[in-house]
Amino acid sequence: MDHQARETVGYSFSESTASGVKQHGFYPYTDNGGSTLGITGSDFAILAGDTRSTSGYNINSRMVPKVFKIGGDDETGEGANIVLSVVGFAADGTALKERLDTVVRMYKYQHGKPMTVSACAQRLSTILYQKRFFPYYVHAILAGLDEEGKGALYSYDPVGSYEREQCRAAGAAASLIMPFLDNQVNFKNQYIPGSGEGHALAAKKAEPLPLETVKGLVRDAFTSAVERHIEVGDNLQMVIITKDGIQEVYHPLKKD
Amino acid sequence: MPGFDFSNYNRNAALHARGVPLPKATSTGTTIVGCIYDNGVVNCEKLHYIAPKIWCAGAGTAADTEFTTALISSNVELHSLSTGRDPRVITCMTMLKQHLFRYQGHIGAYLVVAGVDPTGVGLYTVHAHGSTDKLPYVTMGSGSLAAMSVFESMWQPDLNKEGAIALCAEAIKAGIFNDLGSGSNVDVCVIEKDKPTQLLRNYEKPNERGQKERNYRFPRGTTAWLNQKVISKEDMKKYVTIETLSGDDNLAAGEKMEVDV
Repeated sequence: MDHQARETVGYSFSESTASGVKQHGFYPYTDNGGSTLGITGSDFAILAGDTRSTSGYNINSRMVPKVFKIGGDDETGEGANIVLSVVGFAADGTALKERLDTVVRMYKYQHGKPMTVSACAQRLSTILYQKRFFPYYVHAILAGLDEEGKGALYSYDPVGSYEREQCRAAGAAASLIMPFLDNQVNFKNQYIPGSGEGHALAAKKAEPLPLETVKGLVRDAFTSAVERHIEVGDNLQMVIITKDGIQEVYHPLKKD
Repeated sequence: MPGFDFSNYNRNAALHARGVPLPKATSTGTTIVGCIYDNGVVNCEKLHYIAPKIWCAGAGTAADTEFTTALISSNVELHSLSTGRDPRVITCMTMLKQHLFRYQGHIGAYLVVAGVDPTGVGLYTVHAHGSTDKLPYVTMGSGSLAAMSVFESMWQPDLNKEGAIALCAEAIKAGIFNDLGSGSNVDVCVIEKDKPTQLLRNYEKPNERGQKERNYRFPRGTTAWLNQKVISKEDMKKYVTIETLSGDDNLAAGEKMEVDV
């Protein structure tokens, strides 16, 4: 903005910092949409995600799974006891899953025992932080069973900050699903009727939910997210980890 | 004369220059199509009334399609009253394009105008900048490419009414499934010579919501409260008239057809 123009409009602002130098663009990331969700119970963990891949207003594919078995004996993932979900930039998601899978398999070859979920969680954090200034543009969730056989779930930001949680939603519809989970899994904002007067009510305590209840919550979370988020849809992939192994199921979602 | 109030223009320009983003108007993710047949015309989705035998499908900025079509509808009616003749589709299209051109694309209305008049069948598209097309089949909106691909591969010059409706519905469905901006249902409007116009709302519903698996009713007393105040019906009667309705579900206001006539 030149001096003369400022005089005529009759108002002034701080000088623009933009210089006349040509700016070059480099956009290595794209958002492929989709959403993931994980919930743990006393002896299981569930990781779920939709299978739609988008770019802008287009659908790349209706069948691109976001949940992967980590550290299996072969390509099918047989023998794995850890699962990883990745949502955000799909290419980085694939690259990250390949990296972690290799690391976990190498660990088994070298140590002769499978990696624990807590060790894998720490290793994933390190892998993400190694790319602190050119991050894997993903929200990762890692799930399995801990050393006591309890459901374990770890959620990550793109640069490796992580935390063990009871439940977590990530991706495009995270802001829609997470408040639902807070209310239905950790019973947030729910009080025990008749336990007190007005605001002095006793809060409803969170406790691990049975598997069938959690499966219902996951499916309801996704059928609802599909209604209000255009990047979520097509199919729901659900991976259930118990002491008997990993079970994978698909449910159809709306395709509009 | 209808007009806009520009008194905040300078203030908004100043705020924008300082980096305050301009308010965003709702843009409809939309697929709209139209297609003529032997003695009528079909158009689909997000429909606005112009005249009894002229209807408009709108894509783009929702408020702009709503107000532009309402304005032109008024003027078309006055024009037909003053001339004593039935309004023509080309008249309506011309009024729309002249209005939109005057605003240089700032009124973001993308329209499909369809109808029958004394000269025959009319089907046009009008873009926000004022350009128009006259074609046997047209599409507009974010799903227009998907819908046009259906027309380009299946349209024939000798379509009958049923064939035209089915083809238009198929084109809209291509938009619903392949364009993220377009979703849920198909509305159809059939305008035929010497017959009343038919508006088939929710002609097809290929995307019904899935049943919820769990029950999300909370027991009474789940929510904490700061204070409570009980107002008796007797006290209420001092200020308002109270009528008690029976528990009949049909009395409750349900979802009625949303048509802006």
